Amino acid sequence: MSTEGKKVVVPIGPYHPLLEEPEYFALYCDGEMVVDVEWEAGYNHRGIEKLCESKSWDQVTFLVERICGICSTSHPIAYVQAVEDLARVEIPERAKYIRSIIGELERIHSHLLWAGLAGHFLGYNTVFMWAWKYREPVLDIFELVTGNRQSYAMMKIGGVRRDISDDDIPAMRKVLQELKPKLEMLTQAVLDDPVLAARLKGVGVLTPKDVKDYGAVGPTARASGVDIDVRRDSRCAAYGLVDWKVITCQEGDVFAKAVVRLLECFESIKIIQQCLDNLEGKKGPIETEVREIPPGEGIGHYEAPRGEVFHYVRSDGSNRPVRHKIRAPSFVNIPTFKASCLNQTISDVAIILAGVDPCYCCTERMVTLYDARTKKKIGAMKDLIRMSQKKTEKIKLRMGKKW
Amino acid sequence: MKPDILRRLEENFSGRIKETKVHSEKRLYLSVEKEDLLPVAEFIFNSLQGRFATASAVDNLDNMEILYHFSLDKEDVMISLRVVLARDNPVCPTLSGVVKAAAWIEREIHELFGIQFLQHPGLKHLLLPEDWPAGVYPLRKENPSCPQKGKK
Amino acid sequence: MKLTTKALTKSLWVFHLSTGSCNNCDIEILDCLTPRYDVERFGIVLVGSIRQADVLLVTGIGTKKNAPRIKKLYQQLPKPGFVVAVGTCSCSGGIFRDGYPMAGPISSIIPVDVWIPGCPPKPEAIIAGIVSLLGKLK
Repeated sequence: MSTEGKKVVVPIGPYHPLLEEPEYFALYCDGEMVVDVEWEAGYNHRGIEKLCESKSWDQVTFLVERICGICSTSHPIAYVQAVEDLARVEIPERAKYIRSIIGELERIHSHLLWAGLAGHFLGYNTVFMWAWKYREPVLDIFELVTGNRQSYAMMKIGGVRRDISDDDIPAMRKVLQELKPKLEMLTQAVLDDPVLAARLKGVGVLTPKDVKDYGAVGPTARASGVDIDVRRDSRCAAYGLVDWKVITCQEGDVFAKAVVRLLECFESIKIIQQCLDNLEGKKGPIETEVREIPPGEGIGHYEAPRGEVFHYVRSDGSNRPVRHKIRAPSFVNIPTFKASCLNQTISDVAIILAGVDPCYCCTERMVTLYDARTKKKIGAMKDLIRMSQKKTEKIKLRMGKKW
Repeated sequence: MKPDILRRLEENFSGRIKETKVHSEKRLYLSVEKEDLLPVAEFIFNSLQGRFATASAVDNLDNMEILYHFSLDKEDVMISLRVVLARDNPVCPTLSGVVKAAAWIEREIHELFGIQFLQHPGLKHLLLPEDWPAGVYPLRKENPSCPQKGKK
Repeated sequence: MKLTTKALTKSLWVFHLSTGSCNNCDIEILDCLTPRYDVERFGIVLVGSIRQADVLLVTGIGTKKNAPRIKKLYQQLPKPGFVVAVGTCSCSGGIFRDGYPMAGPISSIIPVDVWIPGCPPKPEAIIAGIVSLLGKLK
């Protein structure tokens, strides 16, 4: 993997509404070491929960899709499940398979996006280009099946809005088949690269106790050996109907988080293929008609690429939710930064943060560096990324690696 | 729902759980007085090994409610602990001493609903700008859902 | 046409700012850099500092918390500089326009030259929008 100098500074993206807002961290350093972390959010706060109270039950599905572009289908799935929980509605089996297919395709595209970003933070800019290039065919499938590359409008209370036609299935299988060897190549490259091992192993460790204290979820938790996954634990959608496994690692460092995400992509491909097998050549209803939402309350949760997304709804029997509480995975994962960053060197901060996969958006403004003694500002995120890339260079030189 | 869960709760907190609502085999809602919130939550978090998922506050106009949601992942059960507070000057003890993760969601609930959390480590703004007008809690029902509508 | 504007049409240096977005538009903008779309061949380059930029690309609704920063960045944008609002949120606020944190749309905070609606707009649409800006300059 070569990293020839590029004249463009690849931006660390837009602010990610991880939760619904980009985070802002103040890091206090003593020399090279991080001694304290403070967290503030709100730059992306769009008042979504309040907006939900003015929308009808169906309209809310479209609103929650736009909480976060990357977990774009996870929020609708969790939301419709919350309403189905409230109203005690069972969805048809065909709808379950379709939900799982869309959910897993999203996981693949999200993890590839993350791999590209992490690659950039480490100075492997070719990985960024490469990962995002191989993400494109997955977005093509979304466009083929749902009509849009992002924000798919597939979910509906009682089922799904669109069926997957037999005509589209061969194209979907082809994309997955072609993606698999690329993923294998990337995974092997990561596992085999001594520079990455030196760079990422033992960095930003999160202990199982930290995971419990912060309520961390998703790959952030599973990389620390905490075996939780909403798909398996709640048997939602079609996850109880197909054969797959939950990936965990024990070390809790950034390397482990990377491995978990990469290996999860293979499980996602497995799940999608089995779901397609259960759709192809068969017919069936894709929704249970739901006329009214009775008074009551419901909870729905789903495993987004970043972890559990949680929705709580309250109804008074009218056309709109009385209350809709949304908790995205990053709301519980981002605070773990306080645990995983303390006593780490500032050149590792960027990659530790990336390890949590903070919905990609807020990274630009995410971090400000302060000297712990003078309280003066000494740097920003772009400085941290540069330090991270330099550290990788040093390790490469030390190991005599030329690429 | 595993009868074990209900039995253990009953054994440890008989009389202190005001209401037990089994919505389905996966959803359990328990109502407690705010004085009993900490011991019951601690039991669910530690003895029952519940994972703290989040908390939701609800403005019911004649009162305010907070639900603390704990997921028992292995049993596939969500236990939601409900506390009802007076709407005028709603006050609740902080759960953050028992569950560290509660600190951030209580900050959010505080600024959006105006609920005070006693002995919370730091209730400063999480989501709203620093210059947001004091005393205006956006998620309270007296604030319209669409304050911008009709402007311009 | 002024000398500076003529020089601009040779290549465009673009600074990207998100101001309360779901990130879909931001990702589609970054997608424009990737091999399939490869905007660099048009001379469009993403830069890390507003002071080097010719174009300010804005996504998101413009939240109250963000509004001062948006104005500040616009002031720092070297003139002649241009503002492109990408996505329905920055054009009009979209589905979020009635929310309480809304300070936008962007055109009510800073002047906008090109609007690219879509939720999100496809990379082709974003590129077409930027190219239309080049056309405007000519």
